[in-house]
Amino acid sequence: MEIAFYLSALVAVLATLGVITNPNPVHALLYLIISLISVAMVFFALGAPFAGALEVIVYAGAIMVLFVFVVMMLNLGETVVAQERAWMRPRVWLGPSVLSGILLLTLIATLWGGDAGRVIGGETLTARAVGSLLFGPWLLVVELAAMLLLAALVTASHVGRLPEPDKPAVSRESGARKEAS
Amino acid sequence: MNWLSEPVAASLIAMLQALVILLGAVLLGAVMTVVERRLLGLWQDRYGPNRVGPFGSLQLIADMIKIFFKEDWIPPFADRTLYVLAPGIAMASLLLSFMIIPITPGWGVADFNIGLLFFLALAGINVYAVLFGGWASGNKYALLGAMRASAQTLSYEVFMGLALMGVVAMAGSFNMREIVNAQEGLWFVVPQFFGFCTFLIAGIAVTHRHPFDQPEAEQELADGYHVEYSSMKFGMFFIGEYVGMVLVSALIVTLFFGGWHGPWLPPIVWFSLKTAAFLVLFVLLRASLPRPRYDRVMSFGWKVCLPLTLINLLVTGAVILIADPL
Repeated sequence: MEIAFYLSALVAVLATLGVITNPNPVHALLYLIISLISVAMVFFALGAPFAGALEVIVYAGAIMVLFVFVVMMLNLGETVVAQERAWMRPRVWLGPSVLSGILLLTLIATLWGGDAGRVIGGETLTARAVGSLLFGPWLLVVELAAMLLLAALVTASHVGRLPEPDKPAVSRESGARKEAS
Repeated sequence: MNWLSEPVAASLIAMLQALVILLGAVLLGAVMTVVERRLLGLWQDRYGPNRVGPFGSLQLIADMIKIFFKEDWIPPFADRTLYVLAPGIAMASLLLSFMIIPITPGWGVADFNIGLLFFLALAGINVYAVLFGGWASGNKYALLGAMRASAQTLSYEVFMGLALMGVVAMAGSFNMREIVNAQEGLWFVVPQFFGFCTFLIAGIAVTHRHPFDQPEAEQELADGYHVEYSSMKFGMFFIGEYVGMVLVSALIVTLFFGGWHGPWLPPIVWFSLKTAAFLVLFVLLRASLPRPRYDRVMSFGWKVCLPLTLINLLVTGAVILIADPL
């Protein structure tokens, strides 16, 4: 499984680099989707298939669809690609990348010298184990997160609510927009 | 014959099985295109394609020759990478889902712990085929179709997952084989009737089949997201839709109708018969129902199906806890 781990981790890093360097926003999002799928593969390789499947369902399958949806609606054309190209000149990215390179070196040096930590084990974490952990010791956190999400849902539906229509002809359109949002 | 040891032979047989299931799924999808037209003709009191070969049985070959030799045209205003990629995603994500379906006790490709989640993950990936295909075409009808498809699929996937959780709770596992084995006494369609209804609706919506085919409504959007596609790229979208139909039918059989279980007949016959019944149901729905308005489709999903699945899941959980307290 270690080969699978390193391969998918490599794909994840390369795809994330592609997200940053690609000037076309939709292509960059495609790279981000690939990056998320490869992170899911990392979870599979680490023996957490439940987390991997949820990563694909929630992030790649739902949240990224909304991202792509919005970017496609914006209809960003050639001007945006040119603008992104202009932002990718070495003068812009050289400074930040030197700084983050130093941070990366520090991280590698720490990992190299310090405790190796746990290596990839053979055991597989099942959905049952995750469920009994979530609804056992972590029940309070789960309930708090649920309340927060419910509040966000109520707020979003209140903010997105359209005023009462005057004419029936308008109500059709507003109804469609309300459902799609 | 030293190299043909036990594990090597086993893995070769598994590979062969996987190949047969893959080809079978594609072929069944292709055959369904003709079967559907014949059945539509029957129910709508007309002939349907009956000229090529005896009873029109060679129509499929004629269609394939036609679609293979059409000009494969990529519009100059299209985004080439995504335009070429989209039909591949459409086909691959659905075909990969066949991996988790246990056909008979001995047949099946993979036996995952997370079986059902794997299908939901690939159904999530499948949205991108329509989304990228519609956007990359550079056509406003295609874009409108893609927008409709993604909003519709996202909404219906929410309760598609929830509709299946009742089955998972009753079987106590995401594993498809364990789900099938849990139905040996009673098919899950009886205790999970509302789960079955909502999953059927969601399955039709996710595969963009007829009552939910607003993304490709001919009258409003020309042909929706694949209006710019031609030749085999269109063919992959087209066959992909039928493969999706086969997939949803097989999943319904596995999850709600006891999979291969049944008296007297061998398992493979039961599985095929049940799947064929649902394929015919898909065609019958197309033959008989009008297409609802798009905003009604969305409000039906959110206001009827989602609450129904939530109540169904709640009641299922309560019944399980009452019957078998922890």
